[in-house]
Amino acid sequence: MWKKKSRGDKTFDIILIIISVLIMIVIAYPLYFVIIASFSQPEAVLGGRLRFLPVGFNVESYKMVLSERKVWVGYRNTLLYTVLGTCINLVLTTLAAYALSRKDMPWRTPLTFVISFTMLFGGGMIPVYLVVKNLGLTDTIWAMVIPNAIATYNLLVMKNYFQSSIPDELQEAAAIDGCNHFQTLAKVVLPLSTPIIAVILLFYAVGHWNAFFNAVLYLRNQELFPLQIILRDILLQNSLEAVGGDLTGMYEKVMRGETMKYALIIVASAPVIAMYPFVQKYFVKGIMVGAIKG
Amino acid sequence: MAKTNTAIVKKKNTGKILKSKWQLLAMFAVPLLWYVIFCYVPMYGIQLAFRDYNPRLGILGSPSVGLKWFRQFFSSYYWKDIIWNTFSISLYSIVIGFPIPIILAIIINELPGHKFKKVLQNITYIPHFISIVVLCGMLYLFLSPQYGIINTFLGMFGIEPIGFLESSRYFKGVYVLSEVWQESGWSSIIYIAALAGIDPSLYEAAKIDGAGRFKRIIHVSLPGITPTIVTLLILKIGQIMSIGFEKAYLLQNDLNLKSSEIISTLVYKQGILQGNLGYATAVGLMNSCLNLLLIIAANRFCKKFFDTSLW
Repeated sequence: MWKKKSRGDKTFDIILIIISVLIMIVIAYPLYFVIIASFSQPEAVLGGRLRFLPVGFNVESYKMVLSERKVWVGYRNTLLYTVLGTCINLVLTTLAAYALSRKDMPWRTPLTFVISFTMLFGGGMIPVYLVVKNLGLTDTIWAMVIPNAIATYNLLVMKNYFQSSIPDELQEAAAIDGCNHFQTLAKVVLPLSTPIIAVILLFYAVGHWNAFFNAVLYLRNQELFPLQIILRDILLQNSLEAVGGDLTGMYEKVMRGETMKYALIIVASAPVIAMYPFVQKYFVKGIMVGAIKG
Repeated sequence: MAKTNTAIVKKKNTGKILKSKWQLLAMFAVPLLWYVIFCYVPMYGIQLAFRDYNPRLGILGSPSVGLKWFRQFFSSYYWKDIIWNTFSISLYSIVIGFPIPIILAIIINELPGHKFKKVLQNITYIPHFISIVVLCGMLYLFLSPQYGIINTFLGMFGIEPIGFLESSRYFKGVYVLSEVWQESGWSSIIYIAALAGIDPSLYEAAKIDGAGRFKRIIHVSLPGITPTIVTLLILKIGQIMSIGFEKAYLLQNDLNLKSSEIISTLVYKQGILQGNLGYATAVGLMNSCLNLLLIIAANRFCKKFFDTSLW
């Protein structure tokens, strides 16, 4: 291939490769820096001596992260909100998407409009807040999973997928075999929808893992705080339980508190990044389906 | 007589539908209930914008105050700053952030070597999955005037440390560029997919006509993805006045407030923190209406000039 290409083509390729490598560096280096900083001595990080490899490799920063009780509480809460929230999301989204994808759904067009319209206009922050408050959801775990139980965009993507990728004949055949709608959904439609379910699951789960706004709005009880609030407190407002105490260790602790932030970023982002390779191959398919007009 | 007949027929039909389709309707019932409670009841609650809300009296019982809150907003000293900040941050992020994913997609599409393509794609997607809180934490760490790597780097060229987040001068730049870093890769997916859908024979034809690589990009690739570009642009324009609360709120401090206070952070502070619910709802309502108008206008415009539209 390479030999057959003209000189102009080769130059073009080389320029493209150089640009691509630059893009990769710009995107990846900050992330890489966080990793090496989390394993380095605070003096080297704060002194700006860190370049490509950890300086004075150690795991003290991680020990400090794990000794923070707040981090554990936040982790536990976020895990709970993510699992519970994603389950609710998937059940409601799938049910609604299946119903709206069926041609024999009564009042299909007006109902689709009722749902789509919410993407264009909404009550806004305060009226939603009042609804949540009047339902008595504030300061309960439900405030973290119910107000965002359905993302309209995901619902429409899923509906489009059901309509375009699953043949009507299959669903009709299931009906002739005596399947009711719940059975058709469970036995015919869902098994054929792995790519879209994987993508939507990832979207919802990442959304819950990274959710910050609802907690700021609805939670006052510290025991319910998700990880992102704890992260905000430590990363942006420098509130550490471990810092303080005796004066002799103070300086060391304050210094360590800085590299500890890098370790905390890693600890908090690891689960999402770990999910990524499994779902990555479905991205293009999932997103493209969403682009088809519904 | 005829009227009652149609009424009866209609009633029968509804009954019949309910009987034969109850399963589909049952599936839809809970999601619909959710939409009513969390989307349509709040829309009903918008009337707070025209009332002096008192929790004891409820929304309907609270006295009506007409346009008082709107007048209050437009007579405040900050209203111009806030509207301008909200608008300009979006505008910058469209002007800078919108073309980059397109260029990135074209680069990825043109790259030789399948493996290298995949690596580049997967690296550029990663930042999308980082939470806003972590992103802002990284910005504070990297931009710190004392130890941040950005200032260390600038120091190598003899530039004095800059307090990027401690002045209103750099706030918008930091906001937009960090967004470009985080979202460009992810946004490029849709263009990559669109580029993959272009008929290869078009490229062959252009090649035979003597078009070089660059010319083929301009005359085949770009026209091929124009509908996608236009659709996404309409969506972007529709969101122009609704930039995210989280990032602005997290990067905000007293020193950069002049350029970091946007409509949603004002609504939060006024409504949730200070309890001026009517006022906050009114400001939020203006924002939603502006958004709706913008997206309708953008849609009309693109329908007329590009023959592409959302609906």
